[in-house]
Amino acid sequence: MFGKTWLLIGLFAAVFSGFVLFAPAVDAGDMIQVKGSDSEVNLVQRLAEVFMQKNQDVNISVTGGGSGTGIAALINKQTDIANSSRELNAKEEEAAKKAGVTPFRVIFATDAVSVILHPENPVAKLTIDQLGKIFKGEITNWKEVGGPDLKISLYGRQSNSGTYVFFREFVLKGDYSQRMKSMNGNAQIVEGVQRDKAGIGYVAVGYVVGQNGEVKPGVKILNVAKDDKSEAFSPAKMENVMSGKYPISRPLNQYLNGKPTGKLLEFMKFQIGPVGQEIVKKQGFFPVQANWMEFNRKQGL
Amino acid sequence: MNLESAVSRTVNMREQEIARRKAHRRRFKEKLIERFFFLNGLTAILVLGGIFALLFIKSYPAFKELGVFQFFLGAVWNPTSYSVPKYGILSLIVSSLMVTLGALAIAVPLGIGCAAFISEMASKRFKEILKPAIELLAAIPSVVVGFLGIVLVNPIISKLFGISHGLNALNGSILLAIMSLPTIVSLSEDALRAVPLTYKEASLALGANRWQTLVRVSIPSALSGITASIMLGMGRAIGETMTVLMATGNAPGLTFNFLEAIQTMTATIAIELGEVPYNTTHYYSLFVIGFVLFVMTFVVNLISDLILQKYQEVER
Repeated sequence: MFGKTWLLIGLFAAVFSGFVLFAPAVDAGDMIQVKGSDSEVNLVQRLAEVFMQKNQDVNISVTGGGSGTGIAALINKQTDIANSSRELNAKEEEAAKKAGVTPFRVIFATDAVSVILHPENPVAKLTIDQLGKIFKGEITNWKEVGGPDLKISLYGRQSNSGTYVFFREFVLKGDYSQRMKSMNGNAQIVEGVQRDKAGIGYVAVGYVVGQNGEVKPGVKILNVAKDDKSEAFSPAKMENVMSGKYPISRPLNQYLNGKPTGKLLEFMKFQIGPVGQEIVKKQGFFPVQANWMEFNRKQGL
Repeated sequence: MNLESAVSRTVNMREQEIARRKAHRRRFKEKLIERFFFLNGLTAILVLGGIFALLFIKSYPAFKELGVFQFFLGAVWNPTSYSVPKYGILSLIVSSLMVTLGALAIAVPLGIGCAAFISEMASKRFKEILKPAIELLAAIPSVVVGFLGIVLVNPIISKLFGISHGLNALNGSILLAIMSLPTIVSLSEDALRAVPLTYKEASLALGANRWQTLVRVSIPSALSGITASIMLGMGRAIGETMTVLMATGNAPGLTFNFLEAIQTMTATIAIELGEVPYNTTHYYSLFVIGFVLFVMTFVVNLISDLILQKYQEVER
């Protein structure tokens, strides 16, 4: 008898707390969907969390899948915001026009695509040209670039990744080696290279650098030089990236359908505002470069 | 009197009528049930035919545009190339066959040995624990097996062979062997147990020891059942996606080396179908891969079915 009473009380308590917890969620009118880039997903999730704390009536759900997946979802009107670490290509622009979607671009952070190695690998710097040759499969042994006599083991992303496309256009200017392992996301590349003495991979800077510029344990970040005449720089230092000295940096984009209004607009303004940019830094990425901030401003943000 | 008999006759007739109606209704009901099960059987065939037709129709445009030869003789798969897209699926077929045959090379001796132990040697108590335990292996989700491939098998292979990483065909083979083991052990054990006791008794009476009896009498007698179990295990291995996607590294280049990263047909479809623009050559080419995969698994399953049927006939 005693047990039954307690069970009943417990049940009521559970139901009641359920109401208290979920009632605001059910009530919330504004549901914002964000989908796309794996490089951006953690950062945007954090931005959304802080924004939601300040705006209790807004609900933002952020999912990954890759830039290509996000853009496809925007064109199919399945998402409000597409995270993309690359620009739209001509085919996507055309598809968007056909679907009656007018892409509106916002730049909310800067990323330095970081090249990572196993900590035991003595190679400390490479030029863009060398990197391209390594990933194209023209340089296949570490001894060709001053390392040990080891066969290079390549880690890259799958073709739906914005980082895959950006790195190919910017560094390789050709096709990836057929021996490159295609990993599912940035985190998997880090996992792979951590376990592979001959490994080399490229990831968004936020996955290997903490908030104070310290490198996460288990990997080594390569210094990259524009060509063999210039000095090599590390992407871990904000100053190198903001000044453009680190050669493989890119703006991180979000695409919306037309100029945002209401809560969407507020969220955009929050991201590129001082609070948002502080979060960007804390997540290991870099704030929007001045010229891109000007681009945002001209669009009326 | 007359009236009575007339009444009883009418009652009789009425009863007969009711009985006839009842029988009629029952027959109708039975027919309805029969039809229902017939339709159910038909649905399975219709679905199979539908899938076949869909895959063929969707892959036809790619065949028409690129020709059969580019698919089956081309070794380079790179539909999103920087310069010229290439649609050769030879390397993907080779990769799928490599992991499948590799898995069988591990799982067949292990599986038959295990089955022989369970059916011939294990005590009843131990058998009751062992068989369900092995069958439970089949319940492990493929994504969990794939994860084990990354964190457990990967470093072991890399240490054992002195190579920098273990995301390769061998890793995939080991994992697929584990996944096809339950099928092989369970069905092989059934086949071995179905061998009539008299065969073994005769063999032992003639002075053969237990090993000779097992290898020369029991296994040959159960061979068709064992073969069918292997073919079913093979069908499971070819079609497996998540595990190989996680553990084999996904490098699309053609290789016959088990210590190199490979990309199977299933992994290619899983990676690329999510983001491919609809109704493009790339999209249709993925259906070509699906079509080839379907034909392969269909043939393997058909063969195992034929063998099983023959085996059951012999048993009868």
